[in-house]
Amino acid sequence: MHVQVIGAGIAGLTAAFELARRGVEVSLYERKPGPGLGCSFYAGGMIAPWCEREAAEPIVTQLGLEALDFWTKTLPVATIKGSLVVAPPRDRSDVVSFSKRTSEFEECDSRRIGEIEPDLADRFPYGLYFPKEAHLEPRDATGALGKALGEMPNVALHYSTDASDAKGAFDFTIDCRGFAAKPVLPDLRGVKGEMLVLRTKDVVLSRPIRMLHPRRPVYIVPRTDPHEYMIGASMVENEEPGRITARAMMELLGSAYTVHPGFAEAEIVEIGGDVRPTYPDNLPRLTLREKTLAINGLYRHGFLLSPALASRAADVVMKGAHFPELMH
Amino acid sequence: MKDVARAPDDALEVYGTKLASRLFVGTSMYDSPAILADAVKASACEVVTVSLRREAGGSRAGSSFWDLIKSMNVRVLPNTAGCKTVKEAVTTAQMAREVFDTAWIKLEVIGEDDTLQPDVFGLVEAARILSEDGFEVFPYTTEDLVVAEKLLGAGCKVLMPWGAPIGSGRGLNNVFGLKAMRAHFPGVPLVVDAGIGAPSHAAQALEMGYDAVLLNTAIAKAGDAVAMAHAFKLAVAAGREAYLATPMEPRDMAAPSTPVFGVAFQQ
Repeated sequence: MHVQVIGAGIAGLTAAFELARRGVEVSLYERKPGPGLGCSFYAGGMIAPWCEREAAEPIVTQLGLEALDFWTKTLPVATIKGSLVVAPPRDRSDVVSFSKRTSEFEECDSRRIGEIEPDLADRFPYGLYFPKEAHLEPRDATGALGKALGEMPNVALHYSTDASDAKGAFDFTIDCRGFAAKPVLPDLRGVKGEMLVLRTKDVVLSRPIRMLHPRRPVYIVPRTDPHEYMIGASMVENEEPGRITARAMMELLGSAYTVHPGFAEAEIVEIGGDVRPTYPDNLPRLTLREKTLAINGLYRHGFLLSPALASRAADVVMKGAHFPELMH
Repeated sequence: MKDVARAPDDALEVYGTKLASRLFVGTSMYDSPAILADAVKASACEVVTVSLRREAGGSRAGSSFWDLIKSMNVRVLPNTAGCKTVKEAVTTAQMAREVFDTAWIKLEVIGEDDTLQPDVFGLVEAARILSEDGFEVFPYTTEDLVVAEKLLGAGCKVLMPWGAPIGSGRGLNNVFGLKAMRAHFPGVPLVVDAGIGAPSHAAQALEMGYDAVLLNTAIAKAGDAVAMAHAFKLAVAAGREAYLATPMEPRDMAAPSTPVFGVAFQQ
């Protein structure tokens, strides 16, 4: 069996990897010069199935559990250090609401927060600690997938190549083009996200920190470089990638500063943004049309959902499986 | 019993449009647009508010979400949420008119970041500019009677006083002030906008004679937004029916509902 995968974002890379692992011959096409250079490039990389439950349907948590296994065992690039959710004193009700909508956390007071994350000692009176959650550096993860695929004898990687230039006949095509697939998946919309990367030695955080705020929520994720932190991310119902607004930067920086004033003197290493491909229910879908299967709508959950979607996509392609919760 | 609340002539009329539902629903902060659409349906509302300031971006690219709103077959009341100056509000209103093809605009000019309370001076000025430009303005204001008079003078034919700060869910903070406003403007459609946290707050506003309520967070951030939307539908209908039925006046002493004098076996 020979399968064409279009798109080397996190959805395409994991799909190609899963098929190749199962012995399928895979040809991967990507217009950009390498893996993970689309919206995956700007991801936070939180593997946080329980935190995401706060605003997502149960299926996101269910599928996300498989990602914990994938990113720590199959392709071990993630670190399990848990995640910490905090809020300023006057937004305590947001912590209560958050806790009511999810599970697998420990309630923390100020002292406990200081034990978990010493630099946040005495900064927040309440928090929630999700010990089983993980985080990864998205660019390491896509790089590792690209490398693993490159070493597999049954995989051909075609970067800087449009799929329409593909030569040869394929038994199946997996379309992982993200928002670029909108012409064939008209239900897709883009939800813009903006982020930045800060570099500082004044703040040490070991795990993702989410600060709740009614207008300016923020998360801070440690990167592989021990002094770099990804600050994200805006969520705007808007489809223009690459245009970073002053407001988003002000809000993200203001919130990062609230988490720790040490960020004030940090160096801004990078700013970036793209649009998240999203269906109206904010849930992922596998769309089967004859011999083409589209994996799309991963929204803000690319790294969280892609391993589970890849394995189901492989089942569809290889065994004709049907997953009603994803293929409606 | 007269079925007054459901009588056809009980429609709310704003700017010449008759509305059977007295619930206006905001469209932000839902877990997904699909849940938003289900909640709007469950609420039976006929008017939804939509913000534009941020979604517009540089090229007014927010179109997919706006298309979803348009497809819900309800009247759109675009708003100038997040605008802090008259100029910003006026520009946003003009863009809203283009995007949604409506003269309606919910006018917000925010004066303070913590309370999100309106800058009433900027509000009156923006209301005048927009009314003269042909807009039908729904101003988000306080219960201040003098400001209300000035808004009417500026061309507004609807007033939308806050119940409590936006998103606070504290209900009707100043019942006395809201009652005074209702009494002062008997002929003006009054909508409690912001601060409603529970269906009982909405019912209370309608019982007091308010013509409608506008809310967002109370539904969007409920554990089950769709069920909460339905609860608000019922509360608004109950409050309106109670108002039309003329609630009893409270009193200081007990008033037995059955006579106690001469009851047999009483010692």
